[in-house]
Amino acid sequence: MKIVQASEITQEVVKLSICACRNIPHDVFQAFQKAHNNETSPLGKEILSQLIENSQIAHKKQIPICQDTGMCVVFVELGQDVRVEGGFLEEAIQKGVALGYTEGFLRKSIVNDPLFDRKNTQDNAPAVIHYEIVEGDRLKIIVAPKGFGSENKSALLMLTPAQGLQGVKDFFIQTLENAGPNSCPPLLVGIGIGGTMEKAALLAKKAAIREVGSSNPDERYANLERELMELANSLGIGPQGLGGDTTVFGVNIEWYPTHIAGLPVAININCNAIRHTSIQF
Amino acid sequence: MKILQAPFNHGELKSLRAGEHIQIKGHFLVARDAAHKRLYESIQKGEELPIDLDGECIYYMGPSPAREGEVIGSAGPTTSGRMDIYTPTLLEHGLLAMIGKGYRSDEVVKSMVKHGAVYFVCIGGAGALISQSIKKYEVLAYEDLGAEAIARIEVDYFPCIVAIDSLGNDFYKQGRAKSISS
Repeated sequence: MKIVQASEITQEVVKLSICACRNIPHDVFQAFQKAHNNETSPLGKEILSQLIENSQIAHKKQIPICQDTGMCVVFVELGQDVRVEGGFLEEAIQKGVALGYTEGFLRKSIVNDPLFDRKNTQDNAPAVIHYEIVEGDRLKIIVAPKGFGSENKSALLMLTPAQGLQGVKDFFIQTLENAGPNSCPPLLVGIGIGGTMEKAALLAKKAAIREVGSSNPDERYANLERELMELANSLGIGPQGLGGDTTVFGVNIEWYPTHIAGLPVAININCNAIRHTSIQF
Repeated sequence: MKILQAPFNHGELKSLRAGEHIQIKGHFLVARDAAHKRLYESIQKGEELPIDLDGECIYYMGPSPAREGEVIGSAGPTTSGRMDIYTPTLLEHGLLAMIGKGYRSDEVVKSMVKHGAVYFVCIGGAGALISQSIKKYEVLAYEDLGAEAIARIEVDYFPCIVAIDSLGNDFYKQGRAKSISS
């Protein structure tokens, strides 16, 4: 049995929140460079070069990559042999997010009530937290701030089994067309297929933080990832939607068994600031 | 690359064409969703506005907080389409240019052509880079809105692309068409 102190979790979440907003992951930086080398539109190339420069300035000056430091999404993988002491895990994480956004000079964008008050909570809490109980004695926390330029363009559709593969492709194109320049392309697209409505959405969100350039272990889904990526990049949307070859950096798919009557598909659009970082206790 | 002084010369603004890459020196306003809503409602009620829109340019942006010794935090554009319902009214009241990211509605484009206005875009996600060209940030109105307050910023070599020119040419359409045909 591993024992982790709640105060330690708070301290680490503070650091993760700040770090995720200021530094893009290495695989994302490499994707920027690769796209810059391959882009044939001069304006698209210039935009990619500015995105590279932007991530370097953010890292060097330790300021946010993007002013929309997002709603903080947290994935927790809690080993069943881990015990949190000295406080409630949920509270420890929420406190870490609130402190991180305040101490790190990150933009506070969360309103207390979605429909009626819409009053800013002033500390960017609460975060959206997803828990998963796993084997062993590890506690992994992934912090993935999500801006709403791209989140607003994400979509979910309950397809019929008859619509099948073509239905998934059509929905993908329709979602990218609708996203256009508003979601700040080049994008990383996460797709969740199967399960129920909420399972598909969660799979899509998880897929969106999977490494750029990685493939689904199932060859059929890996092929679909490649096909959708080529399809997206043939649309001509390009960097910032102003034309070019690079509309997406990648398409990541995660899937789950589903009901005989259904084919849920969720598409989570991630902007060019693909932000996430993690720690394992 | 063309360098434009803001507030803009109306004639010079009208000579710009969609797809042009420019840099801006001078100063313009900053306002986003909540500020637009208040300005719009004030106009509807016939109240006096806290700022003068005549000949102005509005940048749709809500910055991250500035650290001590810094002018501003990260400062990239937000999605312009959310301001579309307010924009024709603001153009009627003297607004001449806008900076943001993303598509505009047909109503906005029509109104822009009528008033000879221009819509610029800058790079979404490049907030750290853009902040380097902002030399001063001063809140003018609606301070209670925090990151959404109306402010004036002073800029030096602020990088922009003409997305929709005063004739209604739209580079989102032109750039994409060019990319597909090549």
